[in-house]
Amino acid sequence: MRREPPRSLADYAPLAFPAIMLLVFFVIPFSTMIAVSFFRRDPAGFYSRDFIFDNYERFLSAFFGGVLGFSIMLAVIVAVVCVIIAFPFTWLLAQASRRVQIVWLVVILSILSLSEVIIGFAWTTLFSRTAGITNIFVWMGLMSEAQALSPNFGAVLTGMVYQALPYTVLVLYPAIVRLDPTLMEAARTLGSSPLRAFFNVVVPAMRSTIVATLIMVFVFALGSYLLPQMLGRPQHWTLSVLITDQAIYQSNMPFAAAMAVFLVLMSLAFVGLTLLVGARKGGEA
Amino acid sequence: MSGLQLQDLTKRFGSVNAVDGVNLSVPHGTFVCLLGPSGCGKTTLLRMIAGLEDPTAGAIVLDGKDMTGVPTHQRDFGMVFQSLALFPHLNVGENIAYPLRIRGVDKAEQKKRVDELLNLVRLPGLADRPVAKLSGGQRQRVAIARALALRPKLFLLDEPLSALDAKLREAMQVELRQLQQSLGITTIVVTHDQREAMTMADLVVVMGEGRIRQAASPIQVYRKPSDAFVADFIGMTNLLPLKGNGDLLGTNFPSLGMAVGSAGGHLSIRPEDVRLVAPEQGTLTGTVTFVRDLGGTIETFVDVQGVSIVSVTTPRERTPFVAGDAVGVRLPVESCVVLKG
Repeated sequence: MRREPPRSLADYAPLAFPAIMLLVFFVIPFSTMIAVSFFRRDPAGFYSRDFIFDNYERFLSAFFGGVLGFSIMLAVIVAVVCVIIAFPFTWLLAQASRRVQIVWLVVILSILSLSEVIIGFAWTTLFSRTAGITNIFVWMGLMSEAQALSPNFGAVLTGMVYQALPYTVLVLYPAIVRLDPTLMEAARTLGSSPLRAFFNVVVPAMRSTIVATLIMVFVFALGSYLLPQMLGRPQHWTLSVLITDQAIYQSNMPFAAAMAVFLVLMSLAFVGLTLLVGARKGGEA
Repeated sequence: MSGLQLQDLTKRFGSVNAVDGVNLSVPHGTFVCLLGPSGCGKTTLLRMIAGLEDPTAGAIVLDGKDMTGVPTHQRDFGMVFQSLALFPHLNVGENIAYPLRIRGVDKAEQKKRVDELLNLVRLPGLADRPVAKLSGGQRQRVAIARALALRPKLFLLDEPLSALDAKLREAMQVELRQLQQSLGITTIVVTHDQREAMTMADLVVVMGEGRIRQAASPIQVYRKPSDAFVADFIGMTNLLPLKGNGDLLGTNFPSLGMAVGSAGGHLSIRPEDVRLVAPEQGTLTGTVTFVRDLGGTIETFVDVQGVSIVSVTTPRERTPFVAGDAVGVRLPVESCVVLKG
């Protein structure tokens, strides 16, 4: 298909709708939030118009720095674990027959229909001492007595990986299905065992897809605020939890806005860094 | 026994026999073309030899060693795929060095071999070029060089030239044949192009419906096709219905009747062997329906009793026939092949 550059104003018309949507649902709310982050908190009411840096200053403490660090670390681990599990899974799925693929994709899509709250409660039950999976381990003779597996870091991680995994598979699937199957066969005729060929042909050939998926899952996990509360201890709470706390329970909108802006900036920086590293490696290869 | 033997090789997909009891003996250093229409099982046969498909039955024996159960990566066969399957994340040199890297060949040795192979396929100095920046013909050569990097015992190519334009394809056929001869490597090429097979092969294996219809030298397949399928597939031919009593288009030839047997069959004659003469001098008579003058050759279509016979001549021996002329058709007996069935 030949694409011609738009010439008249009318040629830009199809852009109007997405542009308006973006303006109304992203640019305006985000600008409002940035503005609010410089406002002064009014303990009696809500906030009053001002231009102060107090909210940002308050954020620059060891406590909030630690929470920010933990949030980013958690999101990174979730992204890495998801891709490590989802990539081989999706690749094997792509080799399967059409019927098997459809069944799996339907199952994965149905997980997406579960709300975060339901996922949280389900895992709380599964990790509990009285009704949890450890009872099965006891029954199998693997453990001597049932114990609670939450709240702790492992529980938070499991819940978040469970929640993000369907997205990861669905993002990887189209790219992996399109990968030329003869690449793998060629590697085998050239002396690579199937496992080796997977790591030195399939994974490198999909590198940009993997980087894009890591970023997507990272951003997705960064916004999670229910699961850390349900499955973790306070030290496992992410910045999103604190933002919710400030905005809803403490009614400190300016401070919540400042934290949100900071989180956006940090994640943008992180995504930029990942792309930079990815691009440099791409240049070498 | 030296060389490659395929013994009763069969591949079944569900209820379909893609390859059905193939027996073939390929002496060392032979250039084989597997030729046939699409869906005849030639690619499946090649993939079984490479180990990419498991045979349902039968054996693959190379130099007396049974290779049937050996995994692909331990077979030491070089293969060029139709899609070429060059690794997009590696440059030309790294693609060619890939099999060497897998075997743990040291870096200096790898570089030496890559340069050697690039010279062999006439792409010297392109080692650092990204694969995406190559032309179709260059990619083809890189794929060949990569497949030859380990000095394989068997060189397999699956429709390797199908993506190239006609001119380049013809040039590559000659080059591939010369390369194979200089290396003396046993080579099997899958193709559906009979010109390609005639250009390159020592042994042409014509396949149809999963079976070998004929395996012989190119000229023998062309001159002495074993059945109507082969005669029709290899080049242009006139297949004339021949009755059991020797009746050919209304004229009786008792000797042909004896050759074909009572069930009848076909007489195959190549267009370049059909002579057009004055009506009273021919063994058959007919009417010219169309003349295609291609400059280099002239094709004359003659209708004899409702069957179209094509005659090809060069302008030098040009016969001044035009559409509507009555002509005599002469079929030299030494060029006729009687095919049963």
